[in-house]
Amino acid sequence: MKKEAITIALTGNPNSGKTTIFNNLTGTRQHVGNWPGVTVEKKMGTVIHNGHRLQVVDLPGTYSLTAYSIEEIVARRFLVDSKPDVVVDIVDASNLERNLYLATQLIEMGVKLILALNMADVAQARGHEIDADSLGTLLGVPVVFTIGTKNQGMKELLDKVVEVVEDRDTVSRHIHISYGHELEKEIKKIQDVIWRDPSIGERFSTRWLAVKLLENDAAVQERVGSLGEIGKQILAQAEASRERLAEFYKDDAEMVLTDQRYGFIGGALKEVLKVSAKSKLDLSRQVDLVLTNRILGFPVFIFFIWAMFQLTFTVGAYPMEWIDAGVSLLGAVVTALLPAGLLQDLLVNGIIAGVGSVIIFLPNILILFFCIAVFEDTGYLARAAFIMDRVMHVIGLHGKAFIPLLMGFGCNVPAIMATRTLESERDRLLSILINPLISCSARLPVYILLAGTFFGASAGNVIFSIYALGIALAIAMGKLFSVTLFRGDIAPFVMELPPYRAPTLKSLSIHMWDRSQVFLRKMSGVILVGSILVWVLGSFPRSPDLHRGQAVERGVTSATQERVLTVTESQQPVSPAVTVNNLKNSDPDNELARLESSFLGRLGHLIQPIFAPLGFDWRTSVAVLTGFVAKEIVVSTLGVLYAAGADVNEESEALRRSLRTSGITPLGAYALMAFVLIYIPCLATVAVIRRETNSWKWTGLSISYSLVLAWVVSFLIYQGGRIIGLG
Amino acid sequence: MIPLSEFREGERGIITRLNGRGTFRKRLQEMGFIRGSEVFVEKYAPLRDPIELVIKGYHVSLRVEEAAQIMMEKLEQKQE
Repeated sequence: MKKEAITIALTGNPNSGKTTIFNNLTGTRQHVGNWPGVTVEKKMGTVIHNGHRLQVVDLPGTYSLTAYSIEEIVARRFLVDSKPDVVVDIVDASNLERNLYLATQLIEMGVKLILALNMADVAQARGHEIDADSLGTLLGVPVVFTIGTKNQGMKELLDKVVEVVEDRDTVSRHIHISYGHELEKEIKKIQDVIWRDPSIGERFSTRWLAVKLLENDAAVQERVGSLGEIGKQILAQAEASRERLAEFYKDDAEMVLTDQRYGFIGGALKEVLKVSAKSKLDLSRQVDLVLTNRILGFPVFIFFIWAMFQLTFTVGAYPMEWIDAGVSLLGAVVTALLPAGLLQDLLVNGIIAGVGSVIIFLPNILILFFCIAVFEDTGYLARAAFIMDRVMHVIGLHGKAFIPLLMGFGCNVPAIMATRTLESERDRLLSILINPLISCSARLPVYILLAGTFFGASAGNVIFSIYALGIALAIAMGKLFSVTLFRGDIAPFVMELPPYRAPTLKSLSIHMWDRSQVFLRKMSGVILVGSILVWVLGSFPRSPDLHRGQAVERGVTSATQERVLTVTESQQPVSPAVTVNNLKNSDPDNELARLESSFLGRLGHLIQPIFAPLGFDWRTSVAVLTGFVAKEIVVSTLGVLYAAGADVNEESEALRRSLRTSGITPLGAYALMAFVLIYIPCLATVAVIRRETNSWKWTGLSISYSLVLAWVVSFLIYQGGRIIGLG
Repeated sequence: MIPLSEFREGERGIITRLNGRGTFRKRLQEMGFIRGSEVFVEKYAPLRDPIELVIKGYHVSLRVEEAAQIMMEKLEQKQE
């Protein structure tokens, strides 16, 4: 029998192995998006089973469905509104009691349910013997054993799905979890009111509605409230019932309901679960004694982080070099194939160089996400959060927020993507907002140039102070945001510490690829537009008498080149170093004049008054503008504008000499460094902020607060310094 | 009755009352912190906060300030 696709929703606690099962079922036929309006990931995939098309939706992992966290709201909304044909609840068989709590809520919602007792092998090893048949009968839900990590039980699970959808299964029946005489009486009273309008019962389980109203569930109350007169009556009855129960139990009804559900689970487990004496030593616990040890905990953690950085930025530098060479080669090929002119210029200097400057981050992203996937899948991420929570709590953040912040020192783009490991949306947004204040490696060339030029021997200390300034501002802004924008809804730090597990290569690679794909697809669009925009601003209006130059856009490639040169001094036949030479050969005075008359130069003049109090002239203003594409471009732009085309690189002596004689004071240079540290994150970061927050509002806030903060801090440094006689 | 935050590593007890309110209290309950549940204090983090607990057969961490909301009856020490 053929019919339209069957929708399966996967639910389950975090750490129940739900994602592994989803990957097993759908393989590579899955796509990742966001649930509308929120930053929670939505994963869907299809599978063909015995001629049936099954659409699998992976709901966020939750412990409950009370609609307190954004994940729970998303999961519940899908279950209630999209009415999947079957819900498969993935249950950690070695931790039945807590995992079944979610199942009791699903039973109550009246959905067609299947329990997958996952990690059956772990349960067995721990001496848990589960009588699945009796459990199924007690709950009125078919039960299937699965071992996600070994890809076992998937066929049985899908067979059961089809059986349940076609109503061929014999175990499924509606059961009521009995809440005891007093509660049942009130549930009945509310149901009686609901039944006055039969259409409500057609859409929802009336018992579920009644229970939710007793639990004072805001989302359900809102729904019911929108039903008009009947809604008012229902709410009034619910309120009266809640009051009566509160008086009777001397506690809120929702507390009593939770107690009763656990009571029901406890009763069921007495009959179906036998635990023989612990057979083996708990290996996970032994490992943990070392990894979160009072003395060893921090050194081990620091070592892991160090190793991650080494892998990402040292090993990653090699493929980056290849990509850079590839991009330059492509640029050279296009240059050779197309006649010199606007189109060639746009393709080579606008598009290839611009997009190339972002693609180059791909190796970093892949490696970084591989490491994070390892941390996450082994269970170490939870331990890192456990160790770091005391520190992060100071800025109102969860321990897990430490890793994304730290990664910011490498590059803010993957760092912001890593905030996905944070469970609460509040923490995620807060971490995203303060992340750009962590000084990424792209800003280092700017500091090296300016500090080296103006501070000589103490350059190291000056650069360190800039990093420290960034950290201090991140803490201050974190604190400020958490007491203003994110007041009130601090989630409790109830974090499960799952047993350590060996990760599977399959799940690691899917993890890694998922995120990298998102990066590639979404980034390329914004970056493309941004690069073209800067190219247009720098190239127009074109004056025919001036030598055709692409100084600023060359900067994109040469900045990329800088990253690579730090690793090996490669002399590729067609490397961007050549383009730098081109620059030198082109008439430098013409180049400066052309740039000054371009839109970009005019814009620099236009905004210069805003920057005057910070001690910036029009050339610095232009550099700050182009730095929006990528902050290291500030160096190449300064090179073009001050040294007028001399070799642009932060170590360059010629540029340093011209900067020293240009009227910029050490104080002004310091203010500029502070400005570069703080102002708008680069284009790629803005794109990723937009992507991860899924909102222009937060993106706008990030851009505008960083601009204002940058201006204020630079102003204080420059003018304050002058007052005390430093400038 | 003493708050869970005053327990030392390796001690165990039974939950007698859950203070606090709203989301926090509900969340704890859903995670299994209900009256009558047994809690074992596995360890404190290196900076003495948060605490790692074993409840209903799984490991979970709570901040000390949160654990202070859980009132306990201490049980006799026994070997793990």
